[in-house]
Amino acid sequence: MRTLKKTLIAALALAGSTAISVAAEVEVLHWWTSGGEAAALDVLKKDLESKGVTWKDMPVAGGGGEAAMTALRARVTGGNAPTSVQALGFDITDWAKQGVVGDLNETAAAEGWDAVVPAALQAFSKHDGKWISAPVNVHSTNWVWINKAALDAAGGKAPETWDELVAVLDAMKANGITPLAHGGQAWQDATVFDGVVLSLGADFYKAAFIDLDPAALGGEKMVEAFTRLAKLRSYVDDNFSGRDWNLASAMVIEGKGGMQMMGDWAKGEFLKAGKVPGTDFVCIRFPGTQGAVTFNADQFMMFKVGDDAKAAQLQMASSIMAPSFQSAFNVVKGSVPARTDVSNEAFDDCGKKGMADLAEASASGNLFGSMAHGHAAPAAVKNAVYDVVTAAFNGELDPAAAAAELAKVVAAAKQ
Amino acid sequence: MAAAPSPTRRPATDHVGWLQDNLPKLVLAPSFAAILVCVYGFILFTLWLSFTNAKLLPTDFDRYVGLANYVALFEHRNWRISLTNLAIFAPLYMILCTIIGLGLAILLDQKIRIEGVLRPIYLYPMALSFIVTGVAWKWFLDPGIGLEAVVRSWGWEAFEFRWIKNNDMAIYTIVIAAVWQSSGFVMAMFLAGLRGIDNEILKAAQIDGASNWHLYTRIIIPLMRPAFLSAFVVLAHLAIKTYDLVIAMTGGGPGRATYIPAIAMYDFTFTRQSMGIGASSAIIMLCMIAAVIVPYLYSELRQGRQQ
Repeated sequence: MRTLKKTLIAALALAGSTAISVAAEVEVLHWWTSGGEAAALDVLKKDLESKGVTWKDMPVAGGGGEAAMTALRARVTGGNAPTSVQALGFDITDWAKQGVVGDLNETAAAEGWDAVVPAALQAFSKHDGKWISAPVNVHSTNWVWINKAALDAAGGKAPETWDELVAVLDAMKANGITPLAHGGQAWQDATVFDGVVLSLGADFYKAAFIDLDPAALGGEKMVEAFTRLAKLRSYVDDNFSGRDWNLASAMVIEGKGGMQMMGDWAKGEFLKAGKVPGTDFVCIRFPGTQGAVTFNADQFMMFKVGDDAKAAQLQMASSIMAPSFQSAFNVVKGSVPARTDVSNEAFDDCGKKGMADLAEASASGNLFGSMAHGHAAPAAVKNAVYDVVTAAFNGELDPAAAAAELAKVVAAAKQ
Repeated sequence: MAAAPSPTRRPATDHVGWLQDNLPKLVLAPSFAAILVCVYGFILFTLWLSFTNAKLLPTDFDRYVGLANYVALFEHRNWRISLTNLAIFAPLYMILCTIIGLGLAILLDQKIRIEGVLRPIYLYPMALSFIVTGVAWKWFLDPGIGLEAVVRSWGWEAFEFRWIKNNDMAIYTIVIAAVWQSSGFVMAMFLAGLRGIDNEILKAAQIDGASNWHLYTRIIIPLMRPAFLSAFVVLAHLAIKTYDLVIAMTGGGPGRATYIPAIAMYDFTFTRQSMGIGASSAIIMLCMIAAVIVPYLYSELRQGRQQ
C-alpha cells in the first residue's frame, strides 16, 4: 500500500517536473470573475505585466471557489499544477500536506513578511516554516450592516450588547419591516452563528471552534448559542430559504430589511447602490464581539514549478504583498489589507474601522479564523457544523439537541 | 461478429481478406478499450477507493479501513435524509410519469386532427435541461414572485402555496417539476408502443363486441408490456441519478431537506474532502441502479435466446 502510494506520488512529481513552462509567465487559477473583483485583480495583472511577467488567466467561477478547487484537483492529479491558485484557509493546508506547493521563503525573508502579517494568518500562509502562499486580503465576518433610517426609527442607537440587539430588532418588527434580512443557505446560517458564538466570549469561540473541545461544543453555552440563533430566526421573513446574500443586502439597502449579519463583502453592495457609510448605513461589529474579529482571507497559494518559472512566481508573490497593491485591491474589494502596516488613507469609514479592529484583535490575540468560511477547521468539520447549524436554523433541532448533535458530528468528522 | 471465411478469397489478397474479416473488430476496439478502462475500470477503482481512508485526492490515503466508510455513510444524517427523500421521490415520479404519459398517449392516439402539433408540445419539456426546468419552477413556486404572489394579486388574498419553502413539503415540489419534464417523453414511448399494436387484433376484438374500456385494459395495455418495462428502467435510473434539478431548484434546501443521494455523493467527495465516504456512496448508488437494470437485462437476454 505504502509503496503504491509512493509510486503514484513519484509519478505525479515526475510528470510535474517534465512539464514545460514558458519563462516569465504565471498561470493563475481563480474565481474572481464578477465586476469589482475582476477589476481588482486587473491591478495585479497590470503590475506584473509592467515587470515583464505575462499573466495566463484561468478563471473557474462559481460556488465560492468550490468549482475552482475541483478543477485544481484534476490539474494536480494530472501532474500539471498552475503556478498560483486562489485558495482559502484549510484548503491551503490540505494541499501543503500533499507536498505539491512551492517555497516563497527567499522573497518573504527579503521583504520581512513575518513582521507585518498577523500571526493568525501566517498559520495558513506558512507550512513547516515555509511561506507557501501570499495573502491578498482579510475579510472579517462578524459585521452587522444596518439601514440608518430603519435604525433611527428604532431608537437610533447602534446595539452593543445582545439585549440591545433584541430591543432594536423588536422595534424594527413593530415598525413593520423585516428586522433581519437573511438568506437561507448553509454558509449564511453559519456566518450568523459565528457571530453568535463569538458574542458569548472569545475564549468560548476558541475552545469550541478552533480547539474543537467536545465539552464546549456540547455544553451549556452552546445550548445558549443555539437559543440565540433560534431567537434571530424569529426576526427573519418566511421567504428566506435559498435567498442569495446580495439579495438580502438589497433588502437592507431598500429599507425593506433592517439589518444583515454578513462579512464585509456586503459593503460592496451598499457602495455600488450609492450608499454612504455613516449616513445611509451603519457598520458595527456583531453586538458583544467588539475587540474580537473572525476572519477569512483570500490567498494566492504557489505550487511547485521548475526553476525557469520560479522567478516569475516569486515576482508575483512580491507584487501581491506590496503595500500599494494591498491598498488598491482592498479598497475595491471591501476587505482590509493582509498586512497591518498599510496606510488607511484610501479607505472609507467602515474600511478604517475594519483595519483598526484587525490590528487590535491581532495584538490582543482575539483574531480567530471563521468557522463558516473554512478558517477554523478543515472542510469535513466545517460542513458537519453547517449541517447542524442549518438544521437548527430551520427548526429541525431544538437548542439542546443541536448542541449534542454538534459535539457528535464534529467528533465523527475529525477522524 | 465472427464472419465466415469468404469463399472467393484468393491467396494474393490474403491481407485484404484478413482486413475485411477483422475490420469490425478493429473499428470497435478503441471504443471497447475506452469503455473498459474509463467505465468499468473506474468503477473498480471507486470500489477500491471506498475501502480506503482517501481524503483530498485519490492518492491521499495510507491505509485500508474495511467497511468503515460505509458505516460512517449510513450513520450520517445527510445520507439518511437522502435515502428517505429518494424513497419519496422515485416511486411518485415513476408512477405519476407513467400514468400521465399513458393518459396523454391514449388521448393523442384517438386519431385527432392536430396531433402533429400537439405531440411536440408535450415532448418539448424533455428538450430543456434540468437546470432550466429547475430555475423556472423555482421562480414559479417562489411565494414572493411566483404562483402565490400572482394569485394574491388577482384578489384571492388568503391563497397560500409555499411548499418549496417548507422542510416537509419541498421534496414534493421536486416531484412536480420532474414529472412535468419527463411525462412527455414517457408519452412518446407509449405512443410508439400503441402504434406498434397490430390493428387486426383490435378489429377482431371490436367485432367480438369489446367496449373501448375493455379494449384498452384487456388487450392494448397488456400488449404494451415492453414499453412499460423500458419506461420503468429509464425513469428509475433518472430518479436515482437526479442531481441538477434539485441543485437548480432548492440547492438541497431548505436546510438539507431536499438532499438526494447524488448531491450527498458530490458533497462528500468534493466539498467535505472525504473521498473514501464519497466513493462508498457512489457504490451504493451503483448497487441501486444495478438492482433495476440487471433484472431487466436478464429478462431481455433470456427472451432473445428463446426467440
